[in-house]
Amino acid sequence: MIEITHITKEYDGVKAVDDVSMTVETGSVTVIVGTSGSGKTTLLRMINRLEEPTSGEVRINGASTLSEEPYILRRRIGYAIQGHGLFPHHTVARNIGAVPQLLKWPADKIRSRVDELLDLFSMEPDQFRDRYPAELSGGQQQRVGVARALASRPDLLLMDEPFGALDPIIRTRAQDDLRRIQQRLGSTIMLVTHDMEEAIRLGDRVAVMDAGKLVQYGTPAEVITTPATRFVADMVGEMERPLRLLSLIPLSDVMESGEADGAPLGPEASLRDALSACLWTGRSAVPVEEDGHITGRVTLQAIRSRAELHK
Amino acid sequence: MYLTPGLLFSVLGLAALMAPLMTLAANRIVAGEGVMAWDVAALPLVIPGLVAILAGLGLGLLTGRPAVRLAGGVLGLAGLIWLLVQGATAMLDGAGNYARVSPAAGFWCLLVILVLLIADALAALRPRPLARGGLLFAALAVLALVLGSGVLSELSVLQEYASRRDTFMRESLRHLSLSIGSLGAAAVIGFPLGILCHRRAQLKGATLPVLSFLQTIPSLAMFGLMIPILGWVGSTVPGARSIGIAGIGFAPAFLALVLYSLLPVVGNTVAGLASTPPAALEAARGMGMTPAQRLWQVELPLGLPIILTGLRIVLVQNIGLAVIAGLIGGGGFGTFVFQGLNQTATDLILLGALPTVVMALVAAIVMDILVDLTRHGPKDTR
Amino acid sequence: MRIGVILRPLLVAILLAMVLRPDWFRPVFEPFAPAGGPVIYERASLLSLSLSHLGIVALASLAATIVAVTLAILVTRPAGAAFRPLSRTITNMGQTFPPVAVLALTVPALGFGTGPTLVALFLYGLLPIFENAFTALTTLPPATMDAARGIGLNRWQRLIRVELPLALPVTLTGIRLSIVIALGTATIGSTVAARTLGEVIIAGLLTNNTAFVLQGGLIVGLFAVLIYDALVQLEGYLARRMGG
Repeated sequence: MIEITHITKEYDGVKAVDDVSMTVETGSVTVIVGTSGSGKTTLLRMINRLEEPTSGEVRINGASTLSEEPYILRRRIGYAIQGHGLFPHHTVARNIGAVPQLLKWPADKIRSRVDELLDLFSMEPDQFRDRYPAELSGGQQQRVGVARALASRPDLLLMDEPFGALDPIIRTRAQDDLRRIQQRLGSTIMLVTHDMEEAIRLGDRVAVMDAGKLVQYGTPAEVITTPATRFVADMVGEMERPLRLLSLIPLSDVMESGEADGAPLGPEASLRDALSACLWTGRSAVPVEEDGHITGRVTLQAIRSRAELHK
Repeated sequence: MYLTPGLLFSVLGLAALMAPLMTLAANRIVAGEGVMAWDVAALPLVIPGLVAILAGLGLGLLTGRPAVRLAGGVLGLAGLIWLLVQGATAMLDGAGNYARVSPAAGFWCLLVILVLLIADALAALRPRPLARGGLLFAALAVLALVLGSGVLSELSVLQEYASRRDTFMRESLRHLSLSIGSLGAAAVIGFPLGILCHRRAQLKGATLPVLSFLQTIPSLAMFGLMIPILGWVGSTVPGARSIGIAGIGFAPAFLALVLYSLLPVVGNTVAGLASTPPAALEAARGMGMTPAQRLWQVELPLGLPIILTGLRIVLVQNIGLAVIAGLIGGGGFGTFVFQGLNQTATDLILLGALPTVVMALVAAIVMDILVDLTRHGPKDTR
Repeated sequence: MRIGVILRPLLVAILLAMVLRPDWFRPVFEPFAPAGGPVIYERASLLSLSLSHLGIVALASLAATIVAVTLAILVTRPAGAAFRPLSRTITNMGQTFPPVAVLALTVPALGFGTGPTLVALFLYGLLPIFENAFTALTTLPPATMDAARGIGLNRWQRLIRVELPLALPVTLTGIRLSIVIALGTATIGSTVAARTLGEVIIAGLLTNNTAFVLQGGLIVGLFAVLIYDALVQLEGYLARRMGG
């Protein structure tokens, strides 16, 4: 559990982060979202003490981050940044093994950990281990960057706009990968982004920052349905709200028994996907399929009444 | 047909062949008389050389076939040396005891043209660093073989060499120790200073302008200004004189060279350390590297090519500047250059200037190889 | 910056005094002269030596600038592309030739005097100017070049109105390097009988008169530092004007 209490950062009298308190549960993904200059990156960087707070405190599993040297602290907190920050003069294996090496793991343990991570990120170890970052595609570089941050099985993974440099299609894949890997490893992740779409896709909890203050901290559905301020509402976008909300709800929520025509959707699809499929193909319901069997259907009517539920 | 480097080389090469290839002088001081390429020896001896030069220039015309052009350059160079060897012995026949033969304008022009032809072809072939080292070694071995075999010992420059063999060895060593020693001293001072400057912008702002002003001072003035300073140190600091610190000789030359070397060493160290991608540095901090680990594992390895480039600049520059040490009794090849200038003895000037040029070229090539070898990352993406 | 405001006029004043009124410095140099020997160099007027020195440097650098920039323009046109690798090879190799050796080698070829020094300075000065002008002309911002073509400038207009002005600051840096080298090499030129301020230093070295060495060394050093500084200021001014 990460506890941030009354943390403030001042630069020349200007408060970049202003009295922020929040608690992050172990094993969850918390996305901090805000415009540039909102203090979101500063907040993140105060957790691994790349910035020293002016006042306030961060506790990780009960222990204050101030109780040890910053570089010791950072070795047990993963850190992934925009533009990956890989060492261009080290191979992929050496990049991923960087933190274990700092922690003086034995060489064979580092080697097997590197291969394990490459496998996890769907990169064939024999093929990628000895390559240099310049020989990878943008998406591969980004995956190696995240793998490096996870290498020492950190208590917490901090990510600063990790997908910011990727083009939209690769970004969506990277987000899905991250979600999958997080669920598999049960990691605690705090991620900074300026993209509300990304925050809603990835976050168990979303923290919205504005001008140094934490203006709302809640589940994605709460942020969409009851924005705390005008600013949060703007971030979510008036027109986008229903669609964003539907994108959070799995088909299983409103599935009913019955039949429908046309191509089926998987159970992991959202109501937004179902709505989209209905509108595009002119159907009033789509079949839901699991393990090759049709298990039911979702109707346009059901989607509609689910969207109105928030009132 | 467009003008290509090969065509330019051929035209210039033919023109150079129309100039005297060698000169024959009655003694070492008077001006000589030019001898054309086809007159340097008996015709049957001259023809193979001429054919090789013409064929070499011809092969050099084949744009887009760098290997063939390289072979052409080497063939032409072999022909040129063949003519020199034949001329050196044949021309002295019955010319008197004090007569001297030297290469003349035609030879030097052809030499430059053929070397450029080879260099141009090599630039297109892009040999790997180690292959370049091998080529350099081979070229130096051939040079040593030709000079050591004595086939050119009749040449005027080598006559000058023969009469001061020991001095030459001593001054070569002196020249090397001046250039490399001052490089070492500059590195010992410059690396820590560069690292400090990298960490503290204020220090950098104060240091670099001072060092670049130092480099601006003309070398002769710098060497001259060292004389009173070190003379004063030598006569006031107890024990300084006994370790060789005095107003003239090795010490002022060495100090002047060190002062000139500081800017490239410090400047390139700072630039090299600053060349680390900011994201990599941020990641290094974020993963918990200490400042020393960041320096040794990230900044220095990534900056090494740029730092070594600074050392290359210093070495080449110092080999050239060390010539001036000859003027203040510091020794080195400058001794011959300035003696030669005083006596108007051209060959003595050459005896000092040519080894300096060769030494500088070799140093540049060797350092370039080192710089390329330290470039990390994929070796085949250049 | 603030130090410069005081230091610059002060150095200029000292330099002018040293060149125009050498006698004023008799007390300063007295301790360095051999007993009973001359303190102030009087074999030639320091003013005429300075003018000759600066004249040689100016002439050689001017000629080198014109030729080097012209060559750089030619090589960066499509028709001169075949010569690009060669020109790079020549600049790389040429710059490893020590200036002193170049000077010494002109003597066998051209004899003693101011002429050969001029030629040596010209030849050596070509390299840094060409290198910088070439770099500047080949690394112009692609967007600007596209825009220049897009608004319909022809090749000649692009060269005159866009490429050359944009390449100016970097080219000027090359000219500055070249001038600094020329100032220093010209000093050594007096060993091959060119009329330069090096004469004073050499005379001091030959007669063990440290006063002469100091006098010559200080004047040459001040000239070099002040000219270097003036050119740096000029570059800074131009770069600021172009928003660089």
